[in-house]
Amino acid sequence: MRTGTLKQILLITDGCSNQGEDPIAMAALAREQGMTINVIGVIEQDVIDDQGLKEIEGIALAGGGVSQIVYSQQLSQTVQMVTRKAMTQTLQGVVNKELQQILGGSTTSMEDLPPEKRGEIMEVVDELGETVELEVLVLVDTSASMKHKLPTVKEALLDLSLSLNARSGSNRFSVFAFPGKRKEVEKLLDWTPNLETLSSIFPKLTTGGITPTGPAIKEAMSYFQQKRSLRRFLSNDDEQFFEESI
Amino acid sequence: MMMNNSLKSLSKIRSGTIISGKWHGKRYTIIKELGAGANGVVYLVRASDRQAALKISDNPSSITSEVNVLKSFNKVQGSALGPSLLDVDDWNQNGHQYSFYVMEFIKGPDFLSFVQQKGPEWLEVLVLQLLSDLEILHQNGWIFGDLKPENLLVTGPPARIRCIDVGGTTLNGRAIKEFTEFYDRGYWGMGSRKADVGYDLFAVAMIIINTAYPKRFNKTTGGESQLMEMVRRKPELKRFEPMLKKALLGKYASAAEMKSHMLGALRPSQKQSVSSSTPKSRTQLHQKKYRTAVSKPKKKSRFLETLLLITAVSMIYVFYLYIQVL
Repeated sequence: MRTGTLKQILLITDGCSNQGEDPIAMAALAREQGMTINVIGVIEQDVIDDQGLKEIEGIALAGGGVSQIVYSQQLSQTVQMVTRKAMTQTLQGVVNKELQQILGGSTTSMEDLPPEKRGEIMEVVDELGETVELEVLVLVDTSASMKHKLPTVKEALLDLSLSLNARSGSNRFSVFAFPGKRKEVEKLLDWTPNLETLSSIFPKLTTGGITPTGPAIKEAMSYFQQKRSLRRFLSNDDEQFFEESI
Repeated sequence: MMMNNSLKSLSKIRSGTIISGKWHGKRYTIIKELGAGANGVVYLVRASDRQAALKISDNPSSITSEVNVLKSFNKVQGSALGPSLLDVDDWNQNGHQYSFYVMEFIKGPDFLSFVQQKGPEWLEVLVLQLLSDLEILHQNGWIFGDLKPENLLVTGPPARIRCIDVGGTTLNGRAIKEFTEFYDRGYWGMGSRKADVGYDLFAVAMIIINTAYPKRFNKTTGGESQLMEMVRRKPELKRFEPMLKKALLGKYASAAEMKSHMLGALRPSQKQSVSSSTPKSRTQLHQKKYRTAVSKPKKKSRFLETLLLITAVSMIYVFYLYIQVL
């Protein structure tokens, strides 16, 4: 079974958008193009307002992903959990589709099968989760209220790359901040297999007033597409094997 | 961490509620909640004539994964690490379908409270039991993953360590699925999050350190320097220092090796404890003595091996000459 590359957008924010397109519509658009959007709402002692909460859940729902509200101390674990959960969810969807083709109309998902038969299917999903190629585009909200949470966000992202790089499948990450210095969205880091270079970029980040979540998601979508055509030229060089000769 | 909405409703099932399985038709009466985690809620239930633990979740894939692990644990003879699996089913309630599995109810205090109540001499006993169980698990290709004192209960008497949460168990060589920062090798910058024997043994070392720091501690510099400094600060960890260092650095090839190292450091103190009441200080005195005793039979066997090899090679050579002459 070929699943291709899983494409995820990970949005880290602490509140409501206030400029540009409706982020929920943008999320739905991204989903149509085969991407998954996960949202993590980072809060401190302050409680998130109802509107912000609704938006966070709405974006993830429309984007086919997972959302989670979390206190900033627990961010690291949440980021990796959300990413993994969304991966499983997407792969589950792929496997369910295959199941439907094999078993015919009435069986639409794993839940329609008796528990005894789910085990093997889950093993396939686990196996895919270990080996599938993954691309995560991280969108970090850098509006003023996020300022003192940014060091934690950086730690969490480094931790995420540690978690995902333990898989045998390859990973690529890129990081965007919104609002950017001049534009609504600014690229911080181009596609890379590990996020270590983040440490030098993050401290220089400036935070600004507005929160253009919708335009940020839109920009992220187009970035996925641009890169796709270029990636064709890169070969998978991790498939080389050296045979020992005696 | 906050739970999502459907999980919240699952953590509010009232006692007396009957959960009936969709596929197997068995009925379980809720007695009380035992605990809630990221992937579901565990209840104490009554199943016909006995008590059992029931884990319910809105996420069928996490339930299926855990059931897979429990099933393969139950196949492994002699391992008492995980609870035994009794039933797997779905429950339809208010238009929602929830997945659950029923397992043996393991009752007892958790690892840290047990050691605190019964005294530090129990620490070795429990860690040795844990290492034996891990050895069996590892030999069967599994890595426990999310090893932590909250998940380790002590049943008995006789005291026996048991593990109640297998959600983090991963096949050797894959990426760790679930972890808790304090016991995680990656968090401390001491290695990757790939599931291997060393990952579990690192967690065992952190559990031992945890007994001296019940409130845990945070990462400052991380790495070997911080962890070993924390070990040195506590006199009660002194006797474990060489072992902890090796485990933290991933120098043990197996749980059995760590166990025998631990037994080595322990044996003289057991002898002493029969006649004296202060075995702790004696342990160190006798540690060196014992180690030389341990290495002797090893040398002997090496010598034998060499001898055997030389004889074998010379015999082949003689045979070769014989053929050549003919």
